[in-house]
Amino acid sequence: MSEKLLEVQDLRVTFPTHRGDIDVVKGISFDLGRERLAIVGESGSGKSMTGRSILRLIRSPGRVTATKLKFDNIDLLDQSEKQMRALRGARISMVMQDPKYSLNPVLTIGEQIGEALRTHQNLPRKQVHDRVIDMLDQVRINDPDRVAKLYPHEVSGGMGQRIMIAMMLIPEPDLLIADEPTSALDVSVQAQVLDLIDGLIQQKGMGLIIISHDLNLVANYADRVLVMNAGEIVEECDASALKDAQHPYTKGLLAAVPRIDETREELPTLDRSQWDAT
Amino acid sequence: MTAIDLKDLTISYSSVPVVHGANFSVADGESFALVGESGSGKSTILKAISGLNDEWTGEIKLFGEKIDPKNRTDISRITQMVFQDPYGSLHPRKTVDTILNEPLAIHGIKDDGTRVLEMLSAVGLDKRYRFRYPHQMSGGQRQRVAIARALMIKPKLLLLDEPTSALDVSVQAEILNLLKKLRKEQNLTFLLVTHDLPVASFLCDRLAVMKGGEIVEIASREQMTKGELKAEYSNELLGVHAQKLGA
Amino acid sequence: MKLSSEWLLTDSPETKGQALAGRAWRMWLALLGNPLAITGLVIVVALVLVSAFAPWIAPYSPIGQDLENRLLPPSWAHWMGTDELGRDIFSRVVYGSRLTLMIVLLVAAISAPVGLILGAISGYFGGWVDKFIMGVTDIFLSMPKLIMALAFVAALGPGIENAIIAIAITAWPAYARIARAETLTFRKAEFIDAIKLQGASPWRIIFNHVLPLCTSSMIVRVTLDMAGIILTAAGLGFLGLGAQPPLPEWGAMISRGRNFILDQWWVATMPGFAIIVVSLGFCFLGDGLRDILDPKNEGKS
Repeated sequence: MSEKLLEVQDLRVTFPTHRGDIDVVKGISFDLGRERLAIVGESGSGKSMTGRSILRLIRSPGRVTATKLKFDNIDLLDQSEKQMRALRGARISMVMQDPKYSLNPVLTIGEQIGEALRTHQNLPRKQVHDRVIDMLDQVRINDPDRVAKLYPHEVSGGMGQRIMIAMMLIPEPDLLIADEPTSALDVSVQAQVLDLIDGLIQQKGMGLIIISHDLNLVANYADRVLVMNAGEIVEECDASALKDAQHPYTKGLLAAVPRIDETREELPTLDRSQWDAT
Repeated sequence: MTAIDLKDLTISYSSVPVVHGANFSVADGESFALVGESGSGKSTILKAISGLNDEWTGEIKLFGEKIDPKNRTDISRITQMVFQDPYGSLHPRKTVDTILNEPLAIHGIKDDGTRVLEMLSAVGLDKRYRFRYPHQMSGGQRQRVAIARALMIKPKLLLLDEPTSALDVSVQAEILNLLKKLRKEQNLTFLLVTHDLPVASFLCDRLAVMKGGEIVEIASREQMTKGELKAEYSNELLGVHAQKLGA
Repeated sequence: MKLSSEWLLTDSPETKGQALAGRAWRMWLALLGNPLAITGLVIVVALVLVSAFAPWIAPYSPIGQDLENRLLPPSWAHWMGTDELGRDIFSRVVYGSRLTLMIVLLVAAISAPVGLILGAISGYFGGWVDKFIMGVTDIFLSMPKLIMALAFVAALGPGIENAIIAIAITAWPAYARIARAETLTFRKAEFIDAIKLQGASPWRIIFNHVLPLCTSSMIVRVTLDMAGIILTAAGLGFLGLGAQPPLPEWGAMISRGRNFILDQWWVATMPGFAIIVVSLGFCFLGDGLRDILDPKNEGKS
């Protein structure tokens, strides 16, 4: 873990409004090696904005500032849009929440995955095809030759997400950012998809940032956990130590989840006044 | 008295049957859950009961009264529904006040605004939200408005279609508490559709596990919490949830 | 209760009125941020003012002939020159704005509601209702607007009222199409399902819940179409089928000026210029409104 893949210092994402600028990410700092980091928080916590800002995907009029935002010693804030495009996909990839909206409906799955590869590497057609089939096989799709010829609407949500992962991993990036990769999927499929991501990450020795609202889910698939609330990191701990979390927000989140053998008459809710200064 | 009685209910979408011969009954005041994964047909049953889908055969009885799919009597005063997506279930151009008054206006109930204030406070919304538009509120607040709307004309049965699955966990806890409280206060019958077994466990007395359009098993909450579910699929589902919760 | 921007922009209005005023104020603020839309608005407001105060603005009578001063070029006495009967073109253009405004408003007032309601009914009910209404609109849409208006005017007889009716008849099908498309996008929305389950009748759903959502795109479309309506009206006038002499309708004025276009260019050019400016004004305003009224932009403030 000595090698630092990503260094983030005092990262801010700012949006202008009628009533002045609003920071949705308020100066957060963290480092990432070739490890699995989870960023957890509720909607509006700034977790997705953090993920997107690393790829400089924040749309105007939003602004990203940081005293340091380095990926593999490349200053991301210094890169031109063209240089960023070369980085995206090739070295840093992102898997989004819903495969339905991320796949192009008029291209077959094989074409799309092949396209992802060809954008970054110049390979002969035959080789591209072989890599695509191999990648589909790696994301555990049975009969990859048949699936490669299907269109996105012909596959299920879980398979769609595996295809997205194949597409994102085929250029062999160093860092994968997965933004709520399983929240559109059924619970039984969630575990399969996360197992798959996990296996491939470990096997290829990549870094992973997994962004989620679900503490319990990510705890099993990350080494470290950052808990975000209202644009700030409120807690940083090892995933295994999550149960002993200190911050009332983290504790509150863990307690608010109902259990199967639920005996509580009422679920504890967050008392936000505990840590909000306002 | 039974609130819901389904006999051999087969529901289709454009002539393709998606629920096959479902049977169950829910007692008045009971809270019953339909659990299953997407495509299991659980929401389809809710749509057939509410009248959003008329393509079914078999029998649906609500509080002893038979429903005729071709010639529906108005059941809106008996049963109301809360939808999954708090962003899609409120009219985007109407204020909370207008949204809540609409059911009263439809049923010709005269009111000077006290019912709206009463329901806002029942769902734990401050009265300063009364004239806001949906886009000025958070998901949890919108879902509270949707619940208030459903209860405006005092129905006896509430159909809940994944009411918390689009919400954050802390907000989910608030809404689940609210639903539990309202059920007790107003003596409501719940029919809850969810993919989340713990949510069903918190809110319901009995549940039906569904798969591929069929009811695999009907069990009590206790049977589930004690791990005494019989069907293989039910246990599979239970196992996935337990693994996720790290138990 | 004082009218301040704080009161308008509050997140928790206390009355229905305040909520409405707040929404209107937000839109106004958005409009102010769009220079092109403001240009359009200024032109449209100017058109309204000019037509309202025409008798005070116009230096001469729009129909008073002065054969001594025929076809004078623009000068200080006659800013836009005079026509073949010695009438002051500026005064005629000023009075002509009344006709233009009347045509535009009446056409919009007739065709937009008709199109809106038919489209919403068609989209909401679907099935054979939809097939029938859309069949009729398709028949109308398949013919060029001006030709159809021409046919109607020819049948009804020339004159400004008939021109308005003819243009309105050709304008509604496009609105019906838009309203239908719009209705289809949220016919299956959960909030419509929710209203259905509350026991509302289809008519109540269409009028109270579907129509309010179609109106903003309709306002945009109508504003953008104003330019086309003005041009169609001018075209009818040009062909002698719209306003009849001596009414100072812009299209008819161009038609008269055509005879002198090479030697006395101003006779045809001045009303033509007025048509272009006003048409552009409506286009700019419509474009700006589209940005503001787009529901996707709402709630981002």
